[in-house]
Amino acid sequence: MTHRPAAWHAATVRSVSRETASARRIEFEVPTWPGNDAGAHLDVRLTAPDGYQASRSYSIASSGDSRRVVLAVDEVPGGEVSPFLVHELQPGDQVEIHGPLGAYFVWTPGDERPVQLIAGGSGVVPLYAMAELHDREQDSTPFRLLYSVRTPDDRFFASELEQIAARGRLEASYVYTRAVPAGWHSAPGRVTRDALAAATWPVDRRPRIYVCGPTPFVETVADWLTELGHEPRAIRTERFGGG
Amino acid sequence: MSFITRGFSGRGRDRDPRLPPGQTLVEDWPVLSAGPTPDIDPADWEFVVATENGRHTWNWDEMHALGVEDITVDIHCVTHWSKLEMAWRGVPLDKIFENVETSYDYVMAHSYGGYTTNVPLDELLDGQAWIAFEADGEPLTPEHGGPARLLVPHLYFWKSAKWVRGLVMMPSDDPGFWEQNGYNLHGDPWAEERYW
Repeated sequence: MTHRPAAWHAATVRSVSRETASARRIEFEVPTWPGNDAGAHLDVRLTAPDGYQASRSYSIASSGDSRRVVLAVDEVPGGEVSPFLVHELQPGDQVEIHGPLGAYFVWTPGDERPVQLIAGGSGVVPLYAMAELHDREQDSTPFRLLYSVRTPDDRFFASELEQIAARGRLEASYVYTRAVPAGWHSAPGRVTRDALAAATWPVDRRPRIYVCGPTPFVETVADWLTELGHEPRAIRTERFGGG
Repeated sequence: MSFITRGFSGRGRDRDPRLPPGQTLVEDWPVLSAGPTPDIDPADWEFVVATENGRHTWNWDEMHALGVEDITVDIHCVTHWSKLEMAWRGVPLDKIFENVETSYDYVMAHSYGGYTTNVPLDELLDGQAWIAFEADGEPLTPEHGGPARLLVPHLYFWKSAKWVRGLVMMPSDDPGFWEQNGYNLHGDPWAEERYW
């Protein structure tokens, strides 16, 4: 991990694209950005003409020394900031960002312990940053991802994750809670303890485990992981809520 | 350096003066923890204060016997949400420190599960902090820090250590868990002391 002091930066939108039916990918150019670890987050602050401000925290999908910062923002219905970011923000617009933030829910190459990523919904964003860095750096640590999401179309970074998996750099398993692809091996439903045990590294491999998603998902999965015998200190969690 | 973001108008014009800068009001109670939730039976719970002179311990009943207060406070999380006028019940730290002798000025709170956070002693006394057992009329659930958590409402809520098990006096203000991982040593929400 590299220590990069958090500070305010002016970020200019370079591009926006559809991520899922409810989410948008936003790429910022931040000339003063010091870079960030994979898994870090930042605060976005918006200011209205009368001085009114609103701030929210978002996980960063990109990592490394780049001045390019990528977010993937899911719209929280009725929210104040996420609907603006998803529907209104356009290339050339500027927002203030503060970061990089968080030195705990991060992964850095060079650690020998296998990595288990477990995502619920848009919680995959910081975990994608880890898988992407691991692939880009040709790191030799084995990586697995278990991704619980409503339908195949709701997957964030779907084609990127497929490409990383196709290169043999990630073993990805998916759990669909609402609708499954044609010919899928099971009916839609939430992840079970048995499915979790089957899709994740066994305890004797001593994986580092990163879990990110909505609170009930994270609570359930983290409880099962400790029941399965994983060391509580090896399980790092991040929960989200509020828009 | 703030500048206007084109097209943003926002909604909350009637901003509640009890909200510190950069905070948004929530009605629910979000959960934030760095790892799994520990399961602690009050029958096994023990609270320790360790000083340069020795250790003081209280079990669940002894702690309650110190005198439980009803308090109503606002809480502010560094992740930008605040919750106003929450009803809590707990033992004020003034009661705990009545018979504790120490010349040290700083406290490291320790939790079941290994979490730590640092607070100056003078910010825990004079009715500023409690060992809390109930919130909104219910026993604290494990995900919110039950059976007991530290409650220091005038600082960002990561200082209100969940699953608290003890306080260790320190001669200097050493950083706790989040304070080593990017968050401010002090954490005053009105000064927006969020990060390093």
